Amino acid sequence: MKGDRTLASPSRRRFLVAGATVSGALIVGWRAAQAQTQQALPYLGARIEPQLLGVFVRIEKNGDVIIGARGCEIGQGVKTSLPMLIAEELDVDWNRVRVEQLPYGYIDTDKGPGDKYGEQGAGGSTSIPIAWKDLRQAGAAARWLLLVAASAKLNIPAGQLHTESGSVIAPDGTKLGYGELVDAASKLDPPTEPRTLKDPAAYKIIGKPTPTVDAREIVTGQTEFGIDAYRADVLIAVVARCPWIDGEIVSVDDAETRKVAGVKDVLRIAGTKPGESFDGALVDGVAVLATSTWAALKGREKLKIEWKPGPFADESSDGLRKRADELLRPANAGNAVPVRRDGDVDKARKAARKTIEARYTVPFLAHATMEPPAALIHVTKDKVLLIASLQEPEGASEVINAITGVPRSKIEIRMTRAGGGFGRRLKNDYIAEAALIAKQTDKPVKLLWTRDDDLRHDFYRPYCMFQMAASLDRKNEVTAWSMHCAATPRNHRDKRMKDRPLWASTLVPDDFPAGLIANFDLSLLALDSGQPRGWWRAPAHNATAFAVQSFIDEIAVALKQDPLALRLKLLGEPRQLPYKGHGGPSFDTGRMAAVFNAAAAKINWGRKLDRDRGLGIAGNFTFGGYAAHALEVSAIDGNVVVHRAVCAIDVGRVVNPLGLEAQTIGGTIDGLSTALNLAITLKDGKVQQSNFGDYPLLRMGQAPVDVEVVIIDSDKEPAGAGEMALPSALPALTNALYAATQIRLRELPIGDQLRKIL
Amino acid sequence: MQTTPTHPAKPAAPAAAAKPDDDKALPLRINGRAYSFDGDELMPLLWYLRDVLRLTGTKFGCGVGACGACTVLVDGKAQRACVTPMKTLAKREVTTIEGLANGELHPLQQAWIEIDVPQCGYCQAGQIMAAADLLKRNPNPNDEEIGKISNLCRCGTYPRIRKAIKRAAEITKEHAAREGGKS
Repeated sequence: MKGDRTLASPSRRRFLVAGATVSGALIVGWRAAQAQTQQALPYLGARIEPQLLGVFVRIEKNGDVIIGARGCEIGQGVKTSLPMLIAEELDVDWNRVRVEQLPYGYIDTDKGPGDKYGEQGAGGSTSIPIAWKDLRQAGAAARWLLLVAASAKLNIPAGQLHTESGSVIAPDGTKLGYGELVDAASKLDPPTEPRTLKDPAAYKIIGKPTPTVDAREIVTGQTEFGIDAYRADVLIAVVARCPWIDGEIVSVDDAETRKVAGVKDVLRIAGTKPGESFDGALVDGVAVLATSTWAALKGREKLKIEWKPGPFADESSDGLRKRADELLRPANAGNAVPVRRDGDVDKARKAARKTIEARYTVPFLAHATMEPPAALIHVTKDKVLLIASLQEPEGASEVINAITGVPRSKIEIRMTRAGGGFGRRLKNDYIAEAALIAKQTDKPVKLLWTRDDDLRHDFYRPYCMFQMAASLDRKNEVTAWSMHCAATPRNHRDKRMKDRPLWASTLVPDDFPAGLIANFDLSLLALDSGQPRGWWRAPAHNATAFAVQSFIDEIAVALKQDPLALRLKLLGEPRQLPYKGHGGPSFDTGRMAAVFNAAAAKINWGRKLDRDRGLGIAGNFTFGGYAAHALEVSAIDGNVVVHRAVCAIDVGRVVNPLGLEAQTIGGTIDGLSTALNLAITLKDGKVQQSNFGDYPLLRMGQAPVDVEVVIIDSDKEPAGAGEMALPSALPALTNALYAATQIRLRELPIGDQLRKIL
Repeated sequence: MQTTPTHPAKPAAPAAAAKPDDDKALPLRINGRAYSFDGDELMPLLWYLRDVLRLTGTKFGCGVGACGACTVLVDGKAQRACVTPMKTLAKREVTTIEGLANGELHPLQQAWIEIDVPQCGYCQAGQIMAAADLLKRNPNPNDEEIGKISNLCRCGTYPRIRKAIKRAAEITKEHAAREGGKS
């Protein structure tokens, strides 16, 4: 099997299963792991005897260091950045480190399901903040063992020894390589208390630009993505799915399908029952299993299926808009679910010199990961093997267990590098489908989704229509702010969110300008829709930032103020405001102002521009990170060109500046692509888009030639980096287009709106 | 990081792939090796590469020639394998990402690593193959010419792709200068 390397080999997995857990308990079970090592290894021979220091670190006798990467690598860089944290505290030369992907580390414990490796999911840009707390300790504990082993060997107190790049060094200069010490170190009891971590001034790896560990394999076509997993007797499965949520199969005629050479079977799979939480397959379907992808695709084309469309067969984007419009009428205010209310907006409005209003709309969005959903799964009576691109392996384990009945400890899950995530793979519906198919056959099955399947059966970013109002007094101060959002809320048919408010992941109570304007009202009006909703890169923020940062610009125009100056004025003095949501506990107005100022300085804000050009600025606080975009654009004849794109970003201490820069460039381009062209629309209850022709991601020639990234130097606790650079890119674009054209675009995507006007 | 390849060589193609004596079989070369194809001639090259030969570096992204994740070279020119039926490939020479390096890494592969282009990495093989075609036609492309590469990257690596193509052009020139110096 391709990619089958030491950490993933069966013998190794076996003793890792009895190994330690993470976060505090990392060291617990060390002895057990050690004992298993001794028992398990004699037959492997001395030459390849691994030397294990905890569950993440192995040091070879020759000094090579192997570090396990626990996260789901979806392009956000965790396969590089998380091992960097361990390597730093272990104090080794990064050039001697080899990184290996760890499988999902489910473990049965006395208290129920446990995580052998700690958090392995990828969501909410949390990998780095979580790992900052536990993985540095994993490295430090391993280093401590090596120090203690050296101390015994040299008969010198450990306190008089120090380490440097993979060696322990004594006061007289005696140097012992980790490889010489690891045998003794691995027999020691692990530390019972957290070790003191390095002074950041001594960092040699954290904060240094570090290339992607897999780059060579990627550029030579050797990397295995989930879709690349094969087995000798694998059957390829494609599924014809009901186009309607809660629809069902009336009849299937598969006679022609079964005649296709290579087709082996046609099976039905059951989707989520009407109205229930979307925990399994999304909709009913008919799976075609064949010896090749081509045969499976041809077989699917020949299926004759009669569907019963179900309760959402009349749904359309036009209808959605009309209902949103209706919901936002003042008469419906009583139906609003309050999200945050400060002061008295109505009173302030009555006293105001002027109130301005605007309405902004954002569409459903698909994730469109370049690697469509796929999974290789083999279900046998008492065990399951899954190889797939995942974002949430724990959920995959749970859903396979629910469908097959195989205990979770017997479900082996190998996460491959994933061809993008963007939140799509936080849903394991495709894993559920694969399991439903595979439990009906003894053979390994590879489920493949086509692009059409992917765009039509996604968990979409919620559709939102925002009604904004701001009241201004005689001194041109903003005295009241209201933001009422008619949306198909994210919290919908999701049992994991059942204890959370309806507005969770759709609106954020403490987002700017909350706490900065005395009279403030944020509310949700829930819009019915059958469409499944999911987390999409920077959930909630990817929509709210467009409304908020566009409207601030409109207020600036109304006040004849500079848009940057108004933002800075609203932020006021640097201080901490309470922030209850993800990314809190506080929002630092000073750090927000700093990224605005940095972006403005880089693009030389306020300079005289060529005719037809405009500058726009916008910023957002997302999951603990601060970002501001400044763009220079033109739109001659309605053709949008981004001449310069700047993003200033503050995510606290930077673990890998090369990775942060990549995420910032990528988030910016993702935002521009989304603002310009992307929307999922509905007609007769069906999604209308089917491929990149009608869901046109930005191509290279349409993207800015460069994205200039300004990284704010910081010693604050690190936030993640995957999502922060997206939300403000969208309003920065429309604000810049306003500056260039005096046309305010209030509905996304921009599409050909400007071409029609100009 | 160590740069030694950590993967074993790809498993050899299943024996059924080569039947040189079959009259009906369609002969073609892939990465310098001779193959003989006797399956459904309408099957796109993509599935022959992936399902049969297990050359999985060429990716499936759209199936309609829109995204370029499956870009390969056919007789040296970039082509989208998902819309290239096998019947069009008789006696043609196909190069996939696995066959691009010739002993040492192709300058584009070197540049891609140096500039650290990949994020998720899924589209990158196709991007590199499209860039190989471009550099062959135009050893010194400007931004506008590079911008004509229409392969999609969902992660937004485009700015680094541009830098890497320019860097590869430099590497190629450096190689040529060194070769020239030797003779």
